[in-house]
Amino acid sequence: MYKYFLRLLASVLLLLGFSMSANAEFKVGFVYVGPTGDHGWTYQHDEGRKAVEAAGIKTTYVESVPEGADAERVIRQLAQSGHDLIFTTSFGYMDPTNKVAKDFPNVKFEHATGYKREHSNVSTYSARFYEGRTLLGHMAGKMTKTNVIGYIASFPIPEVIRGINAMTLAAQKVNPNIKTKIVWVFTWYDPGKESEAAQALIDQGADIIMQHTDSTAPVQVAEKAGVWSFGQASDMQRFAPKSILTSIIDDWAPYYVERSIAARDGTWKQQNTWHGLKEGMVAMAPYNSAMGSGLVKEVEKLQKDLASGKAHSFTGPIYDQKGNLLVAEGKVADDGMLAGMSVYVKGVEGDIPK
Amino acid sequence: MIKIERRDETSNLIYFLTPVLAIFLTLVTGAIIFYLLGFKPLEALKFFFITPISDLYGLSELLVKATPLCLIAIGLSFCFKSNNWNIGAEGQLTFGGIVGGGVALLFYNHEGFYVLPLIILAGAIGGMVFAMIPAILKIYFNTNEILVSLMLVYVSKLLLDYLVVGPWSNPEGFNFPETRQFNDSARLPVLFEGLRIHAGIFIALVSVFLAWIVLFKTYLGFQIKVSGLSLKTAKYAGFKGKTMILLVFMVSGACAGLAGVGEITGPIGQLHRMISPEYGFTAIIVAFLGRLNPIGIVFASLIVALTYLGAETAQIFLQVPKYTGQVFQGMILFFLLASDFLLFFRIKFLGFKKYEY
Repeated sequence: MYKYFLRLLASVLLLLGFSMSANAEFKVGFVYVGPTGDHGWTYQHDEGRKAVEAAGIKTTYVESVPEGADAERVIRQLAQSGHDLIFTTSFGYMDPTNKVAKDFPNVKFEHATGYKREHSNVSTYSARFYEGRTLLGHMAGKMTKTNVIGYIASFPIPEVIRGINAMTLAAQKVNPNIKTKIVWVFTWYDPGKESEAAQALIDQGADIIMQHTDSTAPVQVAEKAGVWSFGQASDMQRFAPKSILTSIIDDWAPYYVERSIAARDGTWKQQNTWHGLKEGMVAMAPYNSAMGSGLVKEVEKLQKDLASGKAHSFTGPIYDQKGNLLVAEGKVADDGMLAGMSVYVKGVEGDIPK
Repeated sequence: MIKIERRDETSNLIYFLTPVLAIFLTLVTGAIIFYLLGFKPLEALKFFFITPISDLYGLSELLVKATPLCLIAIGLSFCFKSNNWNIGAEGQLTFGGIVGGGVALLFYNHEGFYVLPLIILAGAIGGMVFAMIPAILKIYFNTNEILVSLMLVYVSKLLLDYLVVGPWSNPEGFNFPETRQFNDSARLPVLFEGLRIHAGIFIALVSVFLAWIVLFKTYLGFQIKVSGLSLKTAKYAGFKGKTMILLVFMVSGACAGLAGVGEITGPIGQLHRMISPEYGFTAIIVAFLGRLNPIGIVFASLIVALTYLGAETAQIFLQVPKYTGQVFQGMILFFLLASDFLLFFRIKFLGFKKYEY
């Protein structure tokens, strides 16, 4: 009986071994932090994956992978099961990605929003979302009547601070009286907390609601309260058709297709990508005609200028809250300064949580 | 008319076989669900339950995943056996992780054999103290321990959020919500090069052994069992009820705290907001599936751990939705409770005769 069992076990293992190694087709794997139906961050990454699939490359994904001890196993399993390129799409996968990359030198890894590239087969990529924030700031400055802009922020990391600053600078340019009020919710996705934050900001006089979180709750609260809002990550227009002026869209599709083809054809190289409006990684949803055709034209022109490099989100003079000069007149902030941004510019209310 | 009657006696053998039956029914129902979703049922089950553990790495991952579940469930069995409903193991785990992680950060850059034992001890004490809150409130104010222990989960999670975002965040980490990576002296050693299985498994095994001795070989174990069967009997027998409530909560909290500290010094290596994918809640299923018996819990933790791994593998190979893992966990518990019902009660079909009272 025991021997029979051993033989059975051996044959099962052998069979599995064959079925796994026989598969030499080029495959791309994706690791998501949320469910594909979150209508925000993960949803957009999955749209990118579908574009890769449409380009004739086989893809696989694993959704809702917690950023704790489980991430490493999932990434390793993808590498082990014959995936040649693996996109890990959340900051918390940074260390596990690098750890697995060390053991699989022939597999390519792409980590979103991180800063560690410890091995030559790890690239990082992110988008210049702040360029979109500049456009939002321009619209917010023009549309506000109360001169209070409400901002729902997730974590005080440079990416979020950059967005707040870019928006505030652009709004000040068209309306020197505006104030940016911020509520920190310390989550990327929590519809309950986000809607409470939106309501709190509206109660404090904000007539524009902006979010650096991923759920559709804030725009829905704004719609009900009759104030303006902006969508995040994907086009959230259908969740608040009257209130939304536009959405910043994360469009990962061109990048994912390009990198997948490069990996397949053997031209993939390690790089640190930071793409914006120019490359299309940041895109804008259709502008709401309620803001008037004049303003729409202004914003469209600004969008073109930001894309062509004629305009920059951080053009001097820029001062911090205490009045210290950050960027001199006629200069623009360099990428190093943007990447480590950790102070508010003048006009933002409150302190960065420490 | 249907009448439900309590059975006079139930077979001990069947009592321990019903979990096996529940698993079997789960597999059959799972196959049907896979079929309805458009997958080949046998192939899907293979990817779910066999592929994940078909190599050494997979087996090691199974043990990595089962270790915290087993530890917490062992602790919970003390509470549940004595009719104390500690639902807040997740909070005790988190608080243990916070205290243990705090010590690890305090000894940042200290090399020394004493660092790791200190961290582990701190984690156990942290979980224990946190579990004493619902126990003391129950003893002196007659509060409901289910509510108190559950609400404290959110307290500890928010405290962890605050610490990793603010005072304990990595100074070189660009304000990302995580602490520094702990030193090697603060990490549980890995047992085999290339695998993640770590020394935490010994903590779990020792707990299983100690739990078995306490529950089956000591007077205290007898008291716990009697209180679970009948509180009144326990009172007549003169058992000190209050001390026992405190004690079972302390054991349960210490185990959860150990699980938390095992995660952060084991596979994770730092504190951040996601130190546990709700192990504290899943361990409740494990405890009941294992019949609140230490040996049963070992097997139950392996099976439930496998549902996690299986969900990932099935999604990788077949793109089965990830949440089937939770469906399987739910089904196992459902079938277990259903067979328990039939085990302890009998359903009599009385036909449509006039019912006599």
